[in-house]
Amino acid sequence: MEEMRKDITTDEQQEYTINIGPQHPSTHGVMRLVVSLNGETVKNVEPHLGYIHRGIEKISESLTYPQIIHLTDRMDYLSAHINNEAVCLAVEKALEIDVPDRVKVIRTLMAELTRIQSHELFWASYGMDLGGQTCYFYGLRDREMVLDIFEETTGGRMIVSYNCPGGVMHDLHPNFRKRVKEFLKHFRKVLPEYDDILTNNVIFRQRTKGIGQLTLKDAVSYGVTGPSGRASGFSCDVRKHEPYSAYDRVKFNEILFSEGDAYHRYLARMEEMRESMNIIDQLIDNIPEGPYAVKMKPVIKLPEGEYYQRVETPRGELGVFIISDGNKTPYRVHFRTPNFANLSVLNHLVKGFKIADLISIFGSLDFVIPDIDR
Amino acid sequence: MDKIQLGEFIKSLDSDLEIKEGKQFTEVTVMPSKLHSLASQLKEKEETLFDFLDCITGVDYGHDLGVIYHLRSTKYEHMVVLKTRTADRDFPEFDSVSDIWEAADLYEREAFDLLGIRFTDHPDLRRLFLDDSWGFPLRKDYVDNNIITW
Repeated sequence: MEEMRKDITTDEQQEYTINIGPQHPSTHGVMRLVVSLNGETVKNVEPHLGYIHRGIEKISESLTYPQIIHLTDRMDYLSAHINNEAVCLAVEKALEIDVPDRVKVIRTLMAELTRIQSHELFWASYGMDLGGQTCYFYGLRDREMVLDIFEETTGGRMIVSYNCPGGVMHDLHPNFRKRVKEFLKHFRKVLPEYDDILTNNVIFRQRTKGIGQLTLKDAVSYGVTGPSGRASGFSCDVRKHEPYSAYDRVKFNEILFSEGDAYHRYLARMEEMRESMNIIDQLIDNIPEGPYAVKMKPVIKLPEGEYYQRVETPRGELGVFIISDGNKTPYRVHFRTPNFANLSVLNHLVKGFKIADLISIFGSLDFVIPDIDR
Repeated sequence: MDKIQLGEFIKSLDSDLEIKEGKQFTEVTVMPSKLHSLASQLKEKEETLFDFLDCITGVDYGHDLGVIYHLRSTKYEHMVVLKTRTADRDFPEFDSVSDIWEAADLYEREAFDLLGIRFTDHPDLRRLFLDDSWGFPLRKDYVDNNIITW
């Protein structure tokens, strides 16, 4: 008996390591987490990256600006439209081009639709991570309607490449307004169902409330932006602080919580979907007439200098930093991607929690791996 | 504080600094040896409070290697760009700022991985995306024979 007890204590002190990924449903992509455990308690998490590194920054150095747009789609494929917009805004800022009102409104509408479909997929996959299979079907069913709207206008479903420097590639499809309204009507009806299934579920609440708390100070220091940062009270919505496109003419609330746990990170995204619908409501009947793009020179050359543009993607702040030497290709492009910055906080959050909570915390940060690896 | 006042204030911290009014932000060029003390002052000083590190960009200027820091204050909403560079291509080294901003940990590993820029006192400086056998692809003298050109 004495011997057995001894064994148990040594076992408890023993640290062991398990690998989650690179192919694992809960890592939402190809990323490997090396987890050091003490019993069931997580002591350390070390992300191993690079499984989907494509060197987008390097490739961009040999591409022209309209070509770079097509690579930014592939960084965070759930916010393809907003990534495109970031590069376009940076180029337009450098060339001091003011795009027509119609373009601004179209971009805002598309960006908010993108935000809704991205949060829908977050809801779907987060539910599934925590054992709610139904969520995945519901989430994807409703997301399909947004993708159909994208397909009709842009020709692409996820990888849209709809923005281009100076405007958008082509005009809105005549059905656009009708279908967006249909979607909003449908989505307003089903969003309470989302709450019934997941938000108000006892098991879900117990697995997320008080799990992985992030303080405001840490959120700022670790550079956590987007809904994850705002759940900790970090007011970081670029749409509010540095309005671009048509965000200065719409009314919406910045969703802020102070708790900073997994549950409130989830809640922040749910509330953002409602805010996005409000933004679309305000714009959908007021799309100004006019050209959908300004005529650009066939070869776009940025004046020598450095340009930095921030936009708000569904996952946080995306910064595009272009150093131009006056040629048609950039000298250096750097993408400050939200997921990459948010990843740095993972180890800090999970320490001391159980391994099952790791899945919950990882899911609540809503990572898209290609955006981390680039 | 507007851009010009900010520039003057930073100048008052250290008269050796080179301050330039960029198109968007105040740009401060600093010697590598003074980078860390300037960065911590910018974060701690009540007038500036640059508590948010937006991004760290490693740049190969051809002859020199440099690092660019975008800093933002969440209280005052102003931004500043810190620039530093070194001519030592074989062993470029700067002080790590990961003790000032936690976010710098991964950013600096990225710069090390893609440009071979080392950061002194970084807690865990390893390759991030690529294997140890790779060169540093974002350097301008990097040659990859397998690359497809068009």
